[in-house]
Amino acid sequence: MLKKQYLPIIVTVALFMVMFVAGAFRYTGFFSLQVLLNLLIDNAFLLIVAIGMTFVIISGGIDLSVGSMIALTTMVSASLIQNVGWSPWVVIPLVLMIGATFGCAMGALIHYFNIQPFIVTLAGMFLARGLCYVISINTITINNTFYMSMAQTKIHLPGGNFISISVLIALVAVAIGIYVAHYTRFGRNVYALGGSEQSAVLMGLPVARTKILVYTLSGFCSALSGVVFTFYMLSGYGLHANGLELDAIAAVVIGGTLLTGGVGYIAGTFFGVMIQGVIQTIISFEGTLSSWWTKIVIGLLLFSFIVFQRIFTTRRSSRRG
Amino acid sequence: MEEQRPILQMTDIHKQFPGVKALSNVQFRLFPGEVHALMGENGAGKSTLIKVLTGVYANDQGTVELEGRTISLQSPQNAVELGISTVYQEVNLCPNLSVAENIFIGREPRRYGRILWKEINRRASQLLKERLQLQIDVTKPLHSYSVAIQQLIAIARALDVSAKVLILDEPTSSLDQNEVKQLFQIMNQLKNEGLAILFVTHFLDQVYEMSDRITILRNGEFVGEYLAKDLPRIDLVSKMIGKELHMLEDIPKTTEGRIGMDEVLIQATALGRQGVIAPFSLQIGKGEVVGLAGLLGSGRTELARLFFGADRTDQGELKLGDVGGTVQSPKQAINQGIAFCSENRKTEGIIENLTIRENIILALQANRGLFRTIPRKKQDEIAEEYIKKLNIKPSNPEHLVKNLSGGNQQKVILARWLIMQPKLLILDEPTRGIDVGTKAEIQKLVISLSREQQMSFLFISSELEEVVRVSDRIAILRDRKKIQEMNGQEISQHNVLQAIAGGNSTHG
Repeated sequence: MLKKQYLPIIVTVALFMVMFVAGAFRYTGFFSLQVLLNLLIDNAFLLIVAIGMTFVIISGGIDLSVGSMIALTTMVSASLIQNVGWSPWVVIPLVLMIGATFGCAMGALIHYFNIQPFIVTLAGMFLARGLCYVISINTITINNTFYMSMAQTKIHLPGGNFISISVLIALVAVAIGIYVAHYTRFGRNVYALGGSEQSAVLMGLPVARTKILVYTLSGFCSALSGVVFTFYMLSGYGLHANGLELDAIAAVVIGGTLLTGGVGYIAGTFFGVMIQGVIQTIISFEGTLSSWWTKIVIGLLLFSFIVFQRIFTTRRSSRRG
Repeated sequence: MEEQRPILQMTDIHKQFPGVKALSNVQFRLFPGEVHALMGENGAGKSTLIKVLTGVYANDQGTVELEGRTISLQSPQNAVELGISTVYQEVNLCPNLSVAENIFIGREPRRYGRILWKEINRRASQLLKERLQLQIDVTKPLHSYSVAIQQLIAIARALDVSAKVLILDEPTSSLDQNEVKQLFQIMNQLKNEGLAILFVTHFLDQVYEMSDRITILRNGEFVGEYLAKDLPRIDLVSKMIGKELHMLEDIPKTTEGRIGMDEVLIQATALGRQGVIAPFSLQIGKGEVVGLAGLLGSGRTELARLFFGADRTDQGELKLGDVGGTVQSPKQAINQGIAFCSENRKTEGIIENLTIRENIILALQANRGLFRTIPRKKQDEIAEEYIKKLNIKPSNPEHLVKNLSGGNQQKVILARWLIMQPKLLILDEPTRGIDVGTKAEIQKLVISLSREQQMSFLFISSELEEVVRVSDRIAILRDRKKIQEMNGQEISQHNVLQAIAGGNSTHG
């Protein structure tokens, strides 16, 4: 039996399928597995960053620093590999560490000084973006063989289709995300925190640890996303992933996570990202439309989803009283 | 019972807040298998004592012993681990999580770090069924159940954490009579199983129905510990207030010499809203106090909201007697001299971070328009006048409202509407969660305003005694329908109760 609380996510999945089928009817060559897989290939980094964002939003917070963190990751990776000549095996763990530490520091500020996540992560966003330009104001192109091979390797699937290594990383991240959200204490504490922080304290849950870990996780995810983005772009640049935090938030919300916290699903976020991807694909198939139409459609979608969530939650709370 | 050793003993507890002595020299003991009521007016130190006991505040001096061993309570988590669990009036669980998860979160059964959902759901169902006789779908989110059920779930969680001491803080405030009965059954059962229960409530009836022992606090000091059976009700009240109390019986109930009550102030004719309240007619005269009696959820608040224009009506009409105007929105209502004092003072009334003065002048200022500031001197005058009139404590108008006790916050809200000099003041549960003394003051105020200034009231209260005392006329609601009106001599607790319960009334 379908439960009522799954309604937002069902709507998201249905919307994705409708869009994909509509595209398939309108454009020849649209209805193929490879088009679907390309959605993943082109949005792997967004998917990864959106997973961290989902946890943050479920906990009742927000993280605006993720786009800048991706840029910083590409910049640090590129400069260490190209200019300093370090091995990717050192650089990748290092940038992941940087991301996690950065998130952890923001989480600690948010918790211990009781500051709104919005303002702390906004500061984090400026800081990380600014640091990129300390390293270089220009693009650093990467021609390291490891990165090249990560970028170009195609994992072949039966039927002549393929995915990239980034997709594999993203899908593993999704699987881990779902597991953590639903089957670990940390995951459940995040939901409890988003439901009612005061209750979580009084129920004796480790609120401080959970809150800080959520931002650490988001920092880690944005660094991982940065690594994948580096594979994708093969360069480091201070303007990379500009405004990506907002795309990630949009994907999370379209995926059925309530901005007020407490309710949401990683699987929903997956489809939220895929919806953004399918809009882009449709617009590129259309050919004559400017890519800004993606933003327009996403804007409209966001409006309708937020209104839908509002109706859904008010109806729910009015039933109580 | 006397020979037993107390499971919990608090000795010489002191707690100082900046500028306020919250607790001094307070003693409290709790025996296994008893219900012990902690009584006191608002601001007497009950909440502070409970917060010390649950590890929210640290006591400055004194010792807390649990089962004969001195313990130091560091945090709520710590208190729970030691076996002291609390169920609060506003249920402190997570509404978004399932019932089962609310019981087990933080202590989920796991295998290799993986939460075993089936086990959680099975154990939660079993626990609720066996110990609380509650058979519900535990996989549904908590918010889909009523507050009463949520409270039972909170108790279930407390029990499963292996509570030795269970603190119930105002558990009955938002329950209807049947729910209260159910809760009491469970409390009795748990008591017989040997649990020690600390019970805080404002309802005297409930104190005498449930508790074996009573500890009284006043102004942060220990007044005494008594066996409930040895402490007459009137003594309890006078000990809480610190003076002999005549206020409780003292309100004159005469309709003699009342003028203007025949003059209709506002008249509702067949007013109704689909699915919310069945069409009803009700008129309120000038200077008349009309009480609304009925169980929780019988449609009292809903009826009042229609009078204020807060909800749309879909049939009938509401007419003001003298001018013949209608009320369709709160703004219109306010312009016509109708004020509404909501039952949720925390969310719909008080602005905690403003001072008493600012809270009092809020509505008046809003009515004048935000660009025509009331001169500061005038503000001070108004604030001083009403602080004195309503006996608001502390009397410094620059005190932040969040530091006031519930009763005094309520008075501030009352003051806010009173300075508007409304013709009709709707009071929705004005005395809920307020101590006996303040309650009586508010009741007296309502009565004297209606007599002296011809102010009309629509008075909603869950306490029969109170409605009966203040009202000139009572409208009785049952199942979202107005079923009867009572006047003058007819009004008695007995008659009202019978009408609510649907006894031998044949009125339509």
